[in-house]
Amino acid sequence: MWKFGDAISTDHIIPGRYFYLRSDLPELSKHILEYERPGFSEMVSTGDFIVAGHNFGLGSSREHAAIVIKMNGIQAVLAKSFARIFYRNCFNSGLPAIACDTEKFREGDEIELFVEEGKIFNHTQNEMVFFPAFSPVMKRILSDGGLVEHVKKYKDLKLV
Amino acid sequence: MTLAEKILSEHAGKEVRTGEIAVVSVDLTYTQDGTGPLAVRKIQEMGFKEVYRPTKTIFFLDHAAPSPRFELSNDHVFLRDFAERTGSQISDVGCGISHQVVAESEVKPGDVVIGADSHTCTGGALGAFATGVGSTDAAVAIALGKIWLRVPETIRIVVEGNLPIGVYGKDIILHLIGKIGAAGATYKALEFTGGTIQHLEMSGRMTIANMAVEAGAKVGLFPSDRMTQDWLNRMGRPQDFRKLSSDPDAIYEKTVMINAKELKPTIACPHQVDNIKTVDEIGEVKVDQVYLGTSCNGRLEDFQIAAMILKGKKIHPNTRMIVTPGSRRVYLEALKDGTMETLIEFGALAMPPGCGACVGLHEGVLGDGEVCLATQPRNFKGRMGSPKSFIYLGSPAVAAATAIEGKIADPRKYL
Repeated sequence: MWKFGDAISTDHIIPGRYFYLRSDLPELSKHILEYERPGFSEMVSTGDFIVAGHNFGLGSSREHAAIVIKMNGIQAVLAKSFARIFYRNCFNSGLPAIACDTEKFREGDEIELFVEEGKIFNHTQNEMVFFPAFSPVMKRILSDGGLVEHVKKYKDLKLV
Repeated sequence: MTLAEKILSEHAGKEVRTGEIAVVSVDLTYTQDGTGPLAVRKIQEMGFKEVYRPTKTIFFLDHAAPSPRFELSNDHVFLRDFAERTGSQISDVGCGISHQVVAESEVKPGDVVIGADSHTCTGGALGAFATGVGSTDAAVAIALGKIWLRVPETIRIVVEGNLPIGVYGKDIILHLIGKIGAAGATYKALEFTGGTIQHLEMSGRMTIANMAVEAGAKVGLFPSDRMTQDWLNRMGRPQDFRKLSSDPDAIYEKTVMINAKELKPTIACPHQVDNIKTVDEIGEVKVDQVYLGTSCNGRLEDFQIAAMILKGKKIHPNTRMIVTPGSRRVYLEALKDGTMETLIEFGALAMPPGCGACVGLHEGVLGDGEVCLATQPRNFKGRMGSPKSFIYLGSPAVAAATAIEGKIADPRKYL
């Protein structure tokens, strides 16, 4: 589990200067969060979590921010709060974005996510953290595997 | 009902209230060259060969305009090709920034406008529910002509009193963001009213609406009125006017009062938009680059304010000034009325219409340790280039005064 602070913007997650790599996602994803933590892409492993403070993902609408997180194998992003566009982009990309109290989490903690039950077990600290259930729309999008898969299935928006 | 409830109800085909999820029809969808290619790939992945309404689907090439790298040129080729095959619209290199161009030519009161760019909320100035989304949501809107939205709570912002000399729309919105914070309106609608707003022309309203997202808001709405009608007349589409405002008994989450008379030229300091100081509190900040333009302040009125301050003066020898018009229309107007001549004589450097240096792509990228005073909406670390550079945000008047003095300066003494 990797811990970041408040107000991590989409410019932090994937800087605008890599605009030219947006059609080359594998290359783009190597630059994830590199200002905050140089070499981050080399450090993460599949199944890891990103944990942060308030207003994670503020700024640009670039969906690439959610995509590079997913492409680096991150299982879910946990933050005290999320910016709106980024939050939608996560679910659309099939990446769970979980708003919960992340205060006590420490870098390197072993955590386990139970999406359906709305809880996270911190094995390192032997503590359970609960989070409010996703809205029915978000559940539907996630269970269909993202918004693209949903629309492929129904050829329509069947969310409400 | 609030403005948000009214517009979304009309587009949902039934009455929807705050907190409800609605699938709504979309009047206009657009993307830019950074989000368009992914949107097109999503449209193709979903199996659509056509777009829902080609005349109301616009692919803007405004960020890399003209393209500084072959990878981006290839993205442009890809978007032009898709637009041609589907009959959708291309707004090519040189036409200008998406939000400015659609405000001139497309957006009208009561519309639902979806844009794959966070500053799509600029359209709220015209009384449209205009909101930014990612590429996938835009792809669905392009393919199906609809989107799902949660009807947002509305925070009413009441601004009363005459704006002091040297204080503009930019100062109102920077002050507000400083007051409520960069997440102060997350997922909410902002609705701007009051005497000051009634007298604020469309250019100032667009600056305010543009930065609604910097407080986290989904949309920054203005009631449509005489100023809206004036703008639409000027743009040659008076028939697009429609009077629209919230009801007197609308339910707001809260009301924030701003006394315009107390406002001063206001600056957002590195590296957060809500790190706000007045120009009186800023101290000595030497500036390497002044950047005038962008979707936030790239209009004729913005350039006229700067020109009024700069006329007959010379740029500070240690500072460069870059000017980027929001659209071809703005560029032409500024050329014809002499505004651009004044800026160039002063020592400014003109760039083609587009998003220019604001995203750190080209046309004014900052180096290590460099300081920029920009009229753009965002100042995150590394946004304009080096992560070791510093971006301050202010009005076109502050930009002009700063270019004269080579340090962040108070425009009031020049007015």
